[in-house]
Amino acid sequence: MPVILKTPLHEDHVKLGAKMVEFAGWDMPVQYAGVIAESKAVREGAGMFDVSHMGRTWFRGDRVIELLELLTTNDISKLQDGGSQYSLLCYKNGTCVDDIIVYRISDTVFRMVINASNREKDIAWIQSHNSHSVSLTDETFETAMIAVQGPKAVGIVNSLADSDISETPRFSAVEATIAGSPAFAARTGYTGEDGFELIVPADHATEVWGALLDSGVAPCGLASRDVLRVEAGLPLYGHELSDQINPIEAGLGWVVSKTKRFIGSEPINSMRAAGPPRKLVGIKMSSKIVPREGYRVMRKGREIGTVSSGVFSPMLDCGIAFAFVESSEATLDQPCEVEVREKAHPARVVSKRFMPKA
Amino acid sequence: MNVPKDLKYTKSHEWVRIEGDTATVGITDYAQSELGDIVYVDLPSPGRALIQGDSFGTIESVKTVSDIYSPVKGQIAETNTALEGASELINQDPYGQGWIAKITLDEVPTDLLDPDAYQALLSE
Repeated sequence: MPVILKTPLHEDHVKLGAKMVEFAGWDMPVQYAGVIAESKAVREGAGMFDVSHMGRTWFRGDRVIELLELLTTNDISKLQDGGSQYSLLCYKNGTCVDDIIVYRISDTVFRMVINASNREKDIAWIQSHNSHSVSLTDETFETAMIAVQGPKAVGIVNSLADSDISETPRFSAVEATIAGSPAFAARTGYTGEDGFELIVPADHATEVWGALLDSGVAPCGLASRDVLRVEAGLPLYGHELSDQINPIEAGLGWVVSKTKRFIGSEPINSMRAAGPPRKLVGIKMSSKIVPREGYRVMRKGREIGTVSSGVFSPMLDCGIAFAFVESSEATLDQPCEVEVREKAHPARVVSKRFMPKA
Repeated sequence: MNVPKDLKYTKSHEWVRIEGDTATVGITDYAQSELGDIVYVDLPSPGRALIQGDSFGTIESVKTVSDIYSPVKGQIAETNTALEGASELINQDPYGQGWIAKITLDEVPTDLLDPDAYQALLSE
């Protein structure tokens, strides 16, 4: 029997009546009040997600920047102390090991947050290239991570903090005391909304979660998190990124440095120059039918692509999806169909960012 | 879970109300709760002949797609067209406004579960 892992907030979820499911080896809350109610809470007020299953690691050493420049696609040199960036780990052939957030604490200390499903693989991959004497430690089990998201999230987190953290710039992080707990508060998220992602010691997780709950933050599960990230145009490893997908196909050229050399840089830059054979686009259904992963995208009776993730969007009140389609068919705002249970349903190819820009 | 005493049930979580030669069919409170928010319902045209166990429509929730199975043998007399614009009625009122179809019976079925047997199934 494989061991099912539990986050430090597991008991809190069960007590609050969350529906639990196994995800990436962890017993996680998939739903509290319901996907529609939760996504509305995040879009209109504030919601929180236990994301303690995600991998949290420390990198320490004099040559840490050198190691991270080799392993990650984005320009580490652009980061200041307290800054973070979205980036990718890639294989030599240009496909993806994982997508990650890198936080610079100082020129010798970095943190990296990685996907739960890839934690062990990533650490092994990083260590296999670590000839730089960098010390890599996995702090996943000693800490918890709570994402507080929504237009009211920053105000509420700030009201629980001992210092004013409301001016923390987007993609920056600060150390603070929140609800009596030491916390690493990063102005990042996975919903398209403003907010903080808080890393706290495991033994303080329940008090921070409880204080947020008492402040009116709605507890949310993984299902609404998936809806919110699709609405916001954000990829998920295993769907829009994988060891079969070049980041240029996924529209992630903006996180790939054009100037530095890193593992995978040659095939990625070749595809950038030649143009990708397929492109990731948004698909918006004309109805509430949900275009699910694996469904075929058609145009005039011909298959032009495949859905990689699809959800019902409460914000747009219709089905939406990401799909990889042939580059010649990827022009935006053109009609297409999605084949659902052997029937073609009308849709449009649209921008991946379904949410209106803030 | 709400299991009204005046209805019959199936192992696939449909409920049936038999009045004369008409069976009204829907999905149970347990079924709607397991599906989560329902966003789309695909229903057949009246007149379609069904045997017991036929899939005659689909219910799409935020989470998954589920077939609706006919608990009886007969013909579709009417479907609940209110669900086309308001499929959430199934979540809100599964035994009332969230009914799915009325079926004219060819024969009265004898093998449906009574409320106690359905409740026992849910407790397994």
